[in-house]
Amino acid sequence: MKNILLALIIGIAPLLAHASEDGMKNMKADIDLDNKSSLQRGARLFTNYCLSCHSAAYMRYNRMGADLGLTNKQVAKNLMFAADKVGETMTVAMTKHDAAKWFGTKIPDLSVVARARGSDWLFTYLMTFYVDPSRPWGVNNARFPSVGMPDILWELEGMKKPVYKIHKNHEGREEKTLVSYEQVTPGKLSPVEFRDSVTDLVNYLTYMGEPAKMERQRWGVVALIFLAIFFFVAYALKKEYWRDVH
Amino acid sequence: MSNMLAGLLEWVDARFPLSKMWKEHLSEYYAPKNFNFWYFFGSLALLVLVLQIVTGILLTMNYKPDATLAFASVEYIMRDVNWGWLIRYMHSTGASAFFVIVYLHMYRGLMYGSFKKPRELIWIFGMLIYLALMAEAFFGYLLPWGQMSYWGAQVIVNLFSAIPFGIGEPLSQWIRGDYVVSDATLNRFFAFHVIALPFVLAGLVVAHIIALHEVGSNNPDGVEIKKNKGPDGKPLDGIPFHPYYTVKDIVGVVVFLMFFFGIIFFGPEMGGYFLEHANFIPADPLKTPLHIAPVWYFTPFYAMLRAVPPLFDSQFPGVVVMGAAVVILFFLPWIDRSPVKSIRYRGASYKLSLAVFIVSFLILGWLGTQPVTVIKTDMARIFTALYFAFFVALWFLPKFEKTKPVPERVTTK
Repeated sequence: MKNILLALIIGIAPLLAHASEDGMKNMKADIDLDNKSSLQRGARLFTNYCLSCHSAAYMRYNRMGADLGLTNKQVAKNLMFAADKVGETMTVAMTKHDAAKWFGTKIPDLSVVARARGSDWLFTYLMTFYVDPSRPWGVNNARFPSVGMPDILWELEGMKKPVYKIHKNHEGREEKTLVSYEQVTPGKLSPVEFRDSVTDLVNYLTYMGEPAKMERQRWGVVALIFLAIFFFVAYALKKEYWRDVH
Repeated sequence: MSNMLAGLLEWVDARFPLSKMWKEHLSEYYAPKNFNFWYFFGSLALLVLVLQIVTGILLTMNYKPDATLAFASVEYIMRDVNWGWLIRYMHSTGASAFFVIVYLHMYRGLMYGSFKKPRELIWIFGMLIYLALMAEAFFGYLLPWGQMSYWGAQVIVNLFSAIPFGIGEPLSQWIRGDYVVSDATLNRFFAFHVIALPFVLAGLVVAHIIALHEVGSNNPDGVEIKKNKGPDGKPLDGIPFHPYYTVKDIVGVVVFLMFFFGIIFFGPEMGGYFLEHANFIPADPLKTPLHIAPVWYFTPFYAMLRAVPPLFDSQFPGVVVMGAAVVILFFLPWIDRSPVKSIRYRGASYKLSLAVFIVSFLILGWLGTQPVTVIKTDMARIFTALYFAFFVALWFLPKFEKTKPVPERVTTK
């Protein structure tokens, strides 16, 4: 019962969140780039589930380790499956040709996907896979209809089917709108745990989009304090010189 | 020590007019003493030009103008080059800052009649700088090789193919160096962006300043300070640019840098206006984005282009209108026939016309970022008409305009 309720809440949440260009509303990704353990969990999900098909060709393993508070040894042992050296970038073995054959499309590199799509979009996308027997992989996605990607996190989330509401549109024709989801088979994680895991993953993807973000914000504070002090010096100098004009 | 330095200076002065130039352009260049807030933007534009050149040089050290490597090399700069993210954000934010400053600088000229006799050439050099800056920004925007870089360039180059009489198509091919925007285009745009246009810009800036220092600066009262000289031959209302305006401009620079670095460190994408989200997707010649929007500083003209209906299936009229919107500004010194320079002493009709002009330009700028709808196209048509109406008003209104008497000397609050 509790799970169904939560699934309902998660299902309705998009209606309350921000609208995007195509009219569908994104859920809010409650991420925190300061939370290193969330980033580490996200990195583990990323390397385990995403990095077999998607590359992150601009991201280096050791940079990730250094930013996430992991040693090179820890990175090599726990997060590196497709590379030999920690200085390498996150590439995949799958060729473009194979990808096009298997998934019908190019598989995008995920290095900067969070900057292109936005964290909320990614969160919504990962939360809205549902059963759809008409699709090649048996699943469809509410955020990205007819997407070529299978529901890679299904073993964690389980499967859910869509609940539609039938209503008449302004022309009097019947239309169905996806309003929520109903859990069909349970996953390894409860809906709450799954939501937290997706949050971790999106947090990691957001970090990966711009690894220097935390550093730049720290320097920003220093720079603005310096300029504020400099302002008073510059203003005093100007006042002193302009005494003889006024 | 100071003797040695004086000796060195004497040695240089005998061979190069160093002291003479210092005096002419700084320590004995007399600027009106009543400059206000709007007079910060000239020196700020110069500052941003220098920043763009310096950060640009640093970027070229790691950027690769190659269609297969460009996107990755920008991410390499963002991640693997020491302080690369700062250099890149300074350059990308600098581009937008440059246009903000130049637009405010031009607005100042409109308010105080700085384009009028005897400063017509300063205005024309300034307009040429603006044109060169637009070209520079356009060529530079292709270099990150993202989706918006690619499709933006495709759209703009296609404008040339709208030119009729069989000229357009070969012309746009000649510009691209290919049938579509490709590696050849990227390479030549790189050459224009890092060599050709910076040279042109630097030369025009020198001409702009030489012309300014020849006739002297205008001021918020639009009074010629050279008409009132003291017994020593110096303008009574003038003060040496150095040290008075150098120390004042330092204050302006610090305030500007607070905004500039505030954006760089805390919001370099500026909500998708300075760095568009779709430009984080690598260029894909096979996938046209649903909504192509140029960067904000081009959007007023883009809105005009889209507002004009095609004629015989040709977008050429839109291209002409868009071009005319820029070209007409060159003629401003002769279109405005009022003898009064400053808005302070001009009639209500001028104030109203200028306000409508500015609001139209801003609304067109917003419309240019929006997807096309029927209502928005109608709005764009109305505001395009109002944009041009400003120039018609400037030509006719001075006949009926009730101006106030202009004082002999500059006023200070």
